[in-house]
Amino acid sequence: MAVALVLVLIVVGSVLFHLLSPWWWTPIASNWAYIDNTIIITFWITGVVFAAVVLFMAYCVFRFRHREGNRAAYEPENKRLESWLTIVTAVGVTALLVPGLFVWSRFVTVPRDATEVEVIGQQWQWSFRLPGRDGKLGTSDTRDVGADNPLGVIPSDPNGQDDVVVAAADLHLPVGKPVKMLLRSIDVLHDFYVPEFRAKMDMIPGSVTYFWFTPTRTGTFQVLCAELCGQGHPMMHGVVMVDTQEDYVAWLGQQQTFAQLSAPQKTGSADETTGQTAAAGPEIAARLETVGSR
Amino acid sequence: MVDITPADGIPPAEVAEVELYHPHSWWTKYVFSQDAKVIAVQYSATATAIGLVALVLSWLMRLQLGFPGTFDFITPEAYYQFITMHGMIMVIYLLTALFLGGFGNYLIPLMVGARDMVFPYVNMLSYWIYLLAVLVLVSSFFAPGGPTGAGWTLYPPQAIMSGTPGGQDWGIILMLSSLILFIIGFTMGGLNYVVTVLQGRTRGMTMMRLPLTVWGIFTATVMALLAFPALFVASVMMLLDRVLGTSFFMPAISEMGEQLQHNGGSPILFQHLFWFFGHPEVYIVALPAFGIVSDLISTHARKNIFGYRMMVWAIVGIGALSFVVWAHHMYVSGMHPYFGFFFATTTLIIAIPTAIKVYNWVLTLWRGDIHLTIPMLFALAFIVTFVNGGLTGLFLGNVVVDVPLSDTMFVVAHFHMVMGVAPILVVFGAIYHWYPKVTGRMLHETLGRFHFWVTFLGAYLIFFPMHYLGLMGVPRRYAELTDMTIMTESAHHLNSFISVMAFIVGFAQMVFLFNLIWSIRHGREAGGNPWRATTLEWQTPQTPPAHGNFGKDLPIVYRWAYDYSVPGAKEDFIPQNMPGSFGPSREPA
Repeated sequence: MAVALVLVLIVVGSVLFHLLSPWWWTPIASNWAYIDNTIIITFWITGVVFAAVVLFMAYCVFRFRHREGNRAAYEPENKRLESWLTIVTAVGVTALLVPGLFVWSRFVTVPRDATEVEVIGQQWQWSFRLPGRDGKLGTSDTRDVGADNPLGVIPSDPNGQDDVVVAAADLHLPVGKPVKMLLRSIDVLHDFYVPEFRAKMDMIPGSVTYFWFTPTRTGTFQVLCAELCGQGHPMMHGVVMVDTQEDYVAWLGQQQTFAQLSAPQKTGSADETTGQTAAAGPEIAARLETVGSR
Repeated sequence: MVDITPADGIPPAEVAEVELYHPHSWWTKYVFSQDAKVIAVQYSATATAIGLVALVLSWLMRLQLGFPGTFDFITPEAYYQFITMHGMIMVIYLLTALFLGGFGNYLIPLMVGARDMVFPYVNMLSYWIYLLAVLVLVSSFFAPGGPTGAGWTLYPPQAIMSGTPGGQDWGIILMLSSLILFIIGFTMGGLNYVVTVLQGRTRGMTMMRLPLTVWGIFTATVMALLAFPALFVASVMMLLDRVLGTSFFMPAISEMGEQLQHNGGSPILFQHLFWFFGHPEVYIVALPAFGIVSDLISTHARKNIFGYRMMVWAIVGIGALSFVVWAHHMYVSGMHPYFGFFFATTTLIIAIPTAIKVYNWVLTLWRGDIHLTIPMLFALAFIVTFVNGGLTGLFLGNVVVDVPLSDTMFVVAHFHMVMGVAPILVVFGAIYHWYPKVTGRMLHETLGRFHFWVTFLGAYLIFFPMHYLGLMGVPRRYAELTDMTIMTESAHHLNSFISVMAFIVGFAQMVFLFNLIWSIRHGREAGGNPWRATTLEWQTPQTPPAHGNFGKDLPIVYRWAYDYSVPGAKEDFIPQNMPGSFGPSREPA
């Protein structure tokens, strides 16, 4: 009796928690409402199955609990019932898979007009690179990374000279324009994740990975690293600001190109004007050391 | 639908029995024992001891997550060491060792009607190498730099770099060495379990008369023998990368402004190798639980397991399919996105045989005579948590849904529910069920019920709400959940609540341990077959079973393992070794 009641309460409690609790996803800021919809479909189908199975169990426990003189039925198999259940399950699984794969095919098909933006992860900070006037990003190699070339742009590649380099600072994106995020790391695995954009992808040293999205509202969004990358992992935050077109152009105008940065007589720094809010890697490393020595 | 007459289908013995090794001293009887039952207890005790370490580590993690900044000694470095050791211990050194080394050793020979494992000496070696693996693992706590903090997945490059605890110290070397030892030891035991099931069955015990417990452990062992080599080679390769400076998994890397001497390796290759082992590993833990819980439900509902043949084929099918789904752990790893189509499809297909198993469990309850004993309570709780965790697997397996949820607390909640809580509930149910056979005494009833309710409800309250933190976007493996704009004040409260529940559930396990020890001497006498069960381990002449298990003559099996409440029979169970027909038997042929 008590057991059956608890099982019912688990179902009722879980459903109420789902509907009433304040913990839910962040308001979306990208075109991937499709993904949210697929999650909703999945919640519905799995929720119904969960409630059905547990409530059926509760009924069985209540109705067929042991009482003096009871005897169980003897029924080893029931082919018809088993086949029906298999078919119904297969239909349910298909109902989940088909929309899922449909949305996945959109997720992996980058629109032609998407602008490329490169994200570079390193312990424990984010940097960015945008193509310059030629619209092309220069090639890169981790072995070219150095103090005056933090992103490892290959100096001999003419395409790279006009690339806009945003080292350890905030990224700005124009609202409403599709972007292809090219993801790269120069040390360990990282993962570029902005919860409001719904998308994420690992960054692998030695490879370039990608995903695409279209920012749909302006605002400031926090970048989180979503792949364990060492002790500084939870502090590896960054900032993406989605701007109106005018604000974006204004910001872009203040940035320096690779050629400017690597010129020998460079003076001053872009940081003063951009207002750097992302914690830089060495800073985090220093912070960890103080924590460690406590 | 065949009638069986007493002598039907029982072949004569083909070969004479081989004389067993008989111990001649206390040392060879209880320490360097070749008796599978003693080895089983040794495996279980070692796994429980190291499991307690993992439990304490989980408390320390929850202290840090629930009350950030309060406990100074839990530095990020220490936190990562805790999660890594907790995960690795739970998955490999506790669950794998307990299900296969513990339950496998105890139950396989008894359930198939054998006197012992086929290779008792190798079986003994298997345990001692396992113990060595555990000791090497534990030694990393005392090594310079402490244990590795690379996460239980040990992803390179970070696993062997200085930004990760133990990466450039002893931690990772000891971890990889321990894994290599574990796999060597496991292979010795595993070959034993497989050969014993295939060759050691008594007369009349056909494969389709095996209890599902044996089917689960057998299939899991075959899978483990195929999957662990992938982890073995990955461990050796990473060890070479770390010690000799090779570049299997290490591309060109600029670490904190310094170029490392590696070039050309592939970090993602490690992930493929790891998950080629890692996904079957989930089922290596799950299948024995599936098998055991089937027998618990059938015995305590006094009803044959529903759809036995379907259950067997579902176990085999899940085992086979689990080798072609591994990359669903890697949807956002940066592998070619088209793999997503394939692996999402295979992953969701595996839901079908899994669902069939769930249906057959609940249909076994239907029109049963349900005794709400403690093993039955744990079995019911298993179904609830397994269904819950299995269904959230449909989120994570469906590639595009995984994109926002991957690497968040949703994943942590999912796998704890499905391969942590659910199998451990089965472990508890199985211990309450078989403890009388192992010791001759029952576990204390009231303490057992207290343990059940706190563990079941507490664990559900820990992991159910945790999914919603993940949905919110809270990443996993964060040593501190601070400075995050997505996390509301109330989400922090939820986190503290989860921590408090974790301490309560952990405390209930101490009550269980006390019960285990106290009942050895003070438990109620159990008798040979307290649950009135049909399978052979309950039909031994002595309880606990003596060396050689079955006295002078091995039992002969006349029927399947599920003749409960057979119409026309006087008792509501007929042991497998009971000859005679009771009306038309409907044993599936």
